[in-house]
Amino acid sequence: MDFFIQLLSDPIGFWNSHTLLISQIGINGVVATSMFLVLYSGQLSLAAPGFMAIGAYTSVLMELHWHTPVVLNVAVAVILAGIVGLLVGLPVLRLRGVFLAIATIGFIEALHLGVILNVPITGEGLGLQHEADPLGGVPIILVSLVAVVFVVWRLTKGRLGSAWSAIRQDEIAALSQGIHVARYKMIAFIASALIASYAGALEAHLNFFVDPGDSQYGVTRAVQVLTFAVLGGSGFVIGPVVGALIVTLLPYIFEGAGDYINIIAGIFLIAVIIFRPQGIVGRGGLAIVRPAWWPRSRVSAPSPG
Amino acid sequence: MDQQILNAIFIGSIYALFAVGYTLVFGILDILNLAHSAVFMLGAALTYSLVVTHGQPFWIGAVLGVAASALIGLVIEHVCLRPLRRRQAPPIAALISTIGLALVIVAAVEQGKSGSLFSWLWVDGANSVAFPPGTVPNPTWHIGDLTLEASKVLIIPISIALMLILGYVMRFTQVGRGLRAVAENPRAARLMGLDVDRMISLTLVISSALGGLAGILFGLALGDISPYIGRDNVEVRGLAVIVLGGMGSIPGAVIGGYLLGLIEILALVTFGSNARGGVAFAALFLMLVLRPQGLFGTRLRERI
Repeated sequence: MDFFIQLLSDPIGFWNSHTLLISQIGINGVVATSMFLVLYSGQLSLAAPGFMAIGAYTSVLMELHWHTPVVLNVAVAVILAGIVGLLVGLPVLRLRGVFLAIATIGFIEALHLGVILNVPITGEGLGLQHEADPLGGVPIILVSLVAVVFVVWRLTKGRLGSAWSAIRQDEIAALSQGIHVARYKMIAFIASALIASYAGALEAHLNFFVDPGDSQYGVTRAVQVLTFAVLGGSGFVIGPVVGALIVTLLPYIFEGAGDYINIIAGIFLIAVIIFRPQGIVGRGGLAIVRPAWWPRSRVSAPSPG
Repeated sequence: MDQQILNAIFIGSIYALFAVGYTLVFGILDILNLAHSAVFMLGAALTYSLVVTHGQPFWIGAVLGVAASALIGLVIEHVCLRPLRRRQAPPIAALISTIGLALVIVAAVEQGKSGSLFSWLWVDGANSVAFPPGTVPNPTWHIGDLTLEASKVLIIPISIALMLILGYVMRFTQVGRGLRAVAENPRAARLMGLDVDRMISLTLVISSALGGLAGILFGLALGDISPYIGRDNVEVRGLAVIVLGGMGSIPGAVIGGYLLGLIEILALVTFGSNARGGVAFAALFLMLVLRPQGLFGTRLRERI
């Protein structure tokens, strides 16, 4: 509770004492937006942590070995992720639904276990350490978040967005209307890869350390990012950002739970998704579930015939 | 090398037993039950606590462990799946609610220390423990270069017998026909007078009991029981197994389990222990790209 009291009573002190938390929320928001893009175009892709790893390792390795300026490092990292996104997307985007999800899990795990933990240049299990933070901390992250959300919001309002929406609702109908389904899906997939890799590069610079753990670039992270998007609501661009905010803050919201925080967090997750399957940000009210023993309300409908 | 192939068959049996439950739920509901790996862990953890902390004989611990897993199956259905089905929510919502339940189960075991709320369930916190030697009689034979331990060898007939029984039930009994009808078309099944909700509860109970049993066998044979065995060992590998065999196909899950065990051991022998996981996932990726319906799948169902 102290956390929220400080937020309201002493915002400046709050900002100064929680910079790491605020930037983590910002980065999670950017990743969640990348997840939003693929979900909005009807693709259940969990590849984001893989592209984050590409962004993080490329930018940090360039800095460590070639001492190039940080802007160039991040740009190269993002472009590289786009190329990898194209190469992965070509075979994988023929799959749909759960199959796409599992294929992308295969991709991130093969990258994580096969490449990152096995190639000496990535520091293997030890990760990479690097010196100062060339970005200057929180402001750049929040500015990035706003910029990314704005660009994605504009995209969903335009021609691309209409095509993605049509594909999400009914792929065959979209195809019959002359929408080039494969092309638009690929655009969404690559755009999401670019954003995820940007977030990965930011995160690596924020933490002074590239951590090769499963909670960073493995399935655990993928599931977490999916939770941001679904919990927040994937119908509006702001939904996943709200989801990221709430999930990242859960340990503070349920501060009183102490050691049992994960139990409370899990129950909270189930409760939100049962009462609002469309997510926190979305149309409609609470879904009140009628238990089996509750009497059915009588509906007076004209009998047919 | 021979010993390694034998190990591949042991671990493959456990993968298969775990994945059969996974694929059963997917085949009937088109939903990935991500709490399945937590049930796997809970079966092992509860049996360990009953045997070591509460001093019960192993067979009572195992029976209660499987029963508790089956009960969790009912919880999954009533808490995570049925309310969403009533609301006709997209299947992706069920993915998140089962993740939530998995989080609760793992956190409850993780916090089980002496003096905490869950000390009756588990007392070793996040540590990894093993059954004390002599929990089950474990004679060991040496044949040529091979070492055969009874606890590992027995896994193979137990798994195969269970999977044959399940296959028989699914194919030749009235209950199995009902389950397959629900898988084919729930609406039509309801019109034919089947209680669809009850069939789905039954599916979850069978699936979770198998998952819990796989966990118990895993803990017994590999001597590694911790709150994280589900997440680290079978969560994603189970996905790989059902994809290799074909989503929703029970014989596919069995063959896929042994195939993944073999691929992993071959990778281990050829490239060293680090490559083990990576190679398995590369195989999964290739399978999905080249033959998405898997070895035994006949068609692709796309609903999410």
